[in-house]
Amino acid sequence: MADLEITFCGVKSPNPFWLASAPPANTGGQVMRAFDAGWGGAVWKTLGDPITNVSSRFGGIDYANARMMGLNNIELITDRPLEVNLKEMYEVKKRYPKHTLVASLMVETRENWREIIKKVEDVGSDILELNFGCPHGMCERGMGSAVGQEPKVLEEITRWVVEDAKVPVIVKLTPNTGDINEPAEAAAKGGAHAISLINTIKSLIGVDLEKMVPNPRVATKSTNGGYCGPAVKPIALFMVSQVAKNELSGKLPISGIGGISNWRDAAEFIALGATSVQVCTAVMHYGYRIVEDMIEGLSDFLDSKGMKSVEELRGKALDSYVEWGDLDLDYNIKAQINADTCIGCNLCYTACMDGAHQCIHIPGRTKEQSLAAGHYHIPDSVPLVPVKVAGIPAGRHVPVVDEHECIGCNLCALVCPVPGTITMVERAGSLGKKETWNDRVAQGRDLNPGSLESTVAKRAKR
Amino acid sequence: MRPLPVLPQLPDGRLEEGFAESKPAYNEAEAVTEANRCLYCVDAPCVKSCPTGIDIPEFIRKIATGNVKGAARTILAENILGYSCARVCPVEVLCAGGCVYNAWGRQPIAIGRLQRFATETTLAQGGMRALYASKIKPKTGKRVALVGAGPASLAAAALLAMEGHECVIFERKQYAGGLNTLGIAPYKLKANDAMKEIAWIFELGAIELRTGTSVVSGDISIEGTVTAKSLLRDFDAVFLGLGLGPDSALGAKNEAGPGVYGAVDLIEKIKSDPAMTLKGVTHALVIGGGNTAIDIAHELALLNVGDVAMVYRRGREDMSAYAHEIEYGMKHGVRVLTERVLTEVVRDASGNVTHGKLARAQGGKPVPGTEETVPCQLIAMAIGQSRATEVATAFDGVALDSKGRVVVDPTTHRTGNAKVWSGGDCVNGGKEVVNAAQEAKLAVRDMLRALAG
Ligand SMILES: Cc1cc2nc3c(=O)[nH]c(=O)nc-3n(C[C@H](O)[C@H](O)[C@H](O)COP(=O)(O)OP(=O)(O)OC[C@H]3O[C@@H](n4cnc5c(N)ncnc54)[C@H](O)[C@@H]3O)c2cc1C
Ligand SMILES: Cc1cc2nc3c(=O)[nH]c(=O)nc-3n(C[C@H](O)[C@H](O)[C@H](O)COP(=O)(O)O)c2cc1C
Ligand code: SF4
Ligand code: SF4
Ligand code: SF4
Repeated sequence: MADLEITFCGVKSPNPFWLASAPPANTGGQVMRAFDAGWGGAVWKTLGDPITNVSSRFGGIDYANARMMGLNNIELITDRPLEVNLKEMYEVKKRYPKHTLVASLMVETRENWREIIKKVEDVGSDILELNFGCPHGMCERGMGSAVGQEPKVLEEITRWVVEDAKVPVIVKLTPNTGDINEPAEAAAKGGAHAISLINTIKSLIGVDLEKMVPNPRVATKSTNGGYCGPAVKPIALFMVSQVAKNELSGKLPISGIGGISNWRDAAEFIALGATSVQVCTAVMHYGYRIVEDMIEGLSDFLDSKGMKSVEELRGKALDSYVEWGDLDLDYNIKAQINADTCIGCNLCYTACMDGAHQCIHIPGRTKEQSLAAGHYHIPDSVPLVPVKVAGIPAGRHVPVVDEHECIGCNLCALVCPVPGTITMVERAGSLGKKETWNDRVAQGRDLNPGSLESTVAKRAKR
Repeated sequence: MRPLPVLPQLPDGRLEEGFAESKPAYNEAEAVTEANRCLYCVDAPCVKSCPTGIDIPEFIRKIATGNVKGAARTILAENILGYSCARVCPVEVLCAGGCVYNAWGRQPIAIGRLQRFATETTLAQGGMRALYASKIKPKTGKRVALVGAGPASLAAAALLAMEGHECVIFERKQYAGGLNTLGIAPYKLKANDAMKEIAWIFELGAIELRTGTSVVSGDISIEGTVTAKSLLRDFDAVFLGLGLGPDSALGAKNEAGPGVYGAVDLIEKIKSDPAMTLKGVTHALVIGGGNTAIDIAHELALLNVGDVAMVYRRGREDMSAYAHEIEYGMKHGVRVLTERVLTEVVRDASGNVTHGKLARAQGGKPVPGTEETVPCQLIAMAIGQSRATEVATAFDGVALDSKGRVVVDPTTHRTGNAKVWSGGDCVNGGKEVVNAAQEAKLAVRDMLRALAG
């Protein structure tokens, strides 16, 4: 089995799976149970001047039968006295010297920073993580995302910390910003040794329509909170890849966070440039035990690809992530339906009819019926292939893709409830050679028929 | 590596081959969809309902994340026969019967089918050896004899071989696998699939198979036998996986003769004997109310015997066959006649069965004068199996209880002889494959301690 040990800013960690700074890393007892379960590191629940939390802190969003696709919280940093946390951190590091202990910090003044850095280093923290991300409560006090959204302030505080710290410093970024490159570059300029992202996304999870109060309701009021969980993974992946591709911040190790629930999610973050990953919501949902599958799954995956270490996977998918203008306009795919596994629900039909290009046909209709249903192009033949899956009433037929009209958008394949039934197959392109939009721009051919008169006029002058 | 023992292939042309699977294999999409339905419960009731205690939520989650190999590891870690158990376990009364979805009035998770998906997909790529390559220990030089090549001995041999101990299995029959190869209803598991699992097990280490070899009591061993004494002398430990004996006879008039079969014997013929046919059989009676009875009745119905009646001496609620199996058999045409007893087999001049005489029964006993004669050309006796445990007593110190079961310490499965362990049907009186696997696991844990000392 592949070795999962990583080196993050020079600190060795038994594996890339760390608890994110959040309730699962709130106490020493929890962190030790997590290490026993297999977690390689933990970012302690953010330390600072203890706050007072409200009761009723979380709201969730379910999707279909799945609970908590997304989680929203209005919890603040630690509410426990500093010395209690420090004592427990010391104990954890003493008992688990090989595991990575990261101290997450959020304080106000330079004196505050100096004091807390010394204290957490004294109890054995391997790394510091600066919480410039919390999007509720703390930012209103000038901390958290209030810092993360101000590159200048972020850079300044980072510099203070790096000057004072003996151990490596991670800057944790907030996604609540127009361009993640700005805070990432500021962190790099400030001397940060690494970047972690994302913290939670500013959100309002829903409204209790009976009480006319948003959720989570605290007595008669609510407030906006931070969104996380599986739903935020695509946003986090995007931001991680931006930071990884950035010339300045791309040189720093990244700890990827946001919606990671299993080994596959983790592998995706690593393939886009992360060295370690952090998990909060999935642990809050299912417990520390999920790490068993993460360790085993990632290790088997590396083996299956002939990779000997996590480092070999890191950034493997970055080069193929380019801007839109560099995509091949000649690439051409068509939907293909597997008649052996189709269950005849016609969801692909309706998706294509109303949400795409009207090119999936229900067999058995006359030309007139098809036109009346809204098709514009009638293929020469719409074969009547019965649905073969056992148990489906007779008389149902497998929908037919009109390849002539199919633009290869993937929508039908995405809605089909039977995975693998609709595949997108490659066909020869109409151009006969690879060509990108940027090629066309370079050659002055970036004007399509049917453009605005004013655009045509402007181009003519060029 | 030592050449693997060649497992005898079953000949073509057996009745079993024509059966369709009652629970066909899931493809990946089906498996992932079902796996995602599992709630990943904690302290899950399904686990408590599995005799081997497989971490079901964990393996199902692994299927959902695409970690299928890991799922197979989780299964096999507790139940090395996880592949055949996935297919033969009565999940309705075991794991799936415990699933929280039942309480919620919804279909329980199809744990057996998911387990099959994980084990079958994984083992098809390199068998158990690929999965355990790094875990197999170097040879210890210790040798263990296993009597009987049924699930109990096979599970024990697999676990012992992985620890580097050399195993020799003695099996009196031609085929390995015991009832798992020769007794399981073909719509669940066919003999050749059972053989596949045995082949995977044999790859795990030094396991030798001696078929056609009975272990006997006494001092003399003739061709095809070995004595208990020689095993105690030549091996460091012995495991007894004797199973049960032949079908019991009812004692009805004219019972002995052609056309009347012991049910287990008949199933074995359906599964392994190309000479077995049901030509001319349009009506069949199956005597008994247990799982073997419903199995053979169901099999006969699926083999197009027009009228198959299960005859049981007490009421439906007294039948020990699982309700889901009875229902399923009835769906395929099995009739259930309760409170009736077969008193006589009617034969024609050449000795062929033509009818059975059935009397009404009260309290399980025939009521005189109530007989009716029903046509049938075949009768299967499924009223239980005798014991095959006498030989156990040839191992000094091994005792049998009043029901003929080998007496063991239930936590270690060690017998009264410190070198002899036992498990499976011969100990529990006849349960399931999964119980044999669990008992073998407990026995091996203790054997490993003893062999290390
Ligand atoms: C008809 C039928 C259907 C069944 N269906 C199912 C099912 O669907 N699911 C399920 O889980 N269980 C089922 N069972 C039960 C299951 O098959 C048994 O519980 C299981 O096979 C027990 O394993 P074992 O190793 O203890 O014994 P067996 O499988 O009986 O194996 C014992 C072996 O030892 C050999 N042997 C015995 N004595 C000697 C000797 N002296 N020398 C050498 N060899 C010897 C025998 O020939 C036999 O091969 C069924 C049983 C029957 C009869
Ligand atoms: C209840 C809750 C409390 C959190 N508290 C903190 C915190 O104190 N400090 C911090 O840096 N991030 C905090 N986070 C953010 C997480 O560390 C993490 O960045 C975010 O939840 C995204 O990861 P996920 O999708 O795995 O949950 C918190 C998140 C939640 C849900
Ligand atoms: S999860 Fe625990 S702490 Fe939270 S509301 Fe429920 S019982 Fe209370
Ligand atoms: S969505 Fe999938 S299953 Fe449904 S009709 Fe289309 S191809 Fe068949
Ligand atoms: S009880 Fe059912 S839902 Fe819960 S873990 Fe077991 S199989 Fe899954």
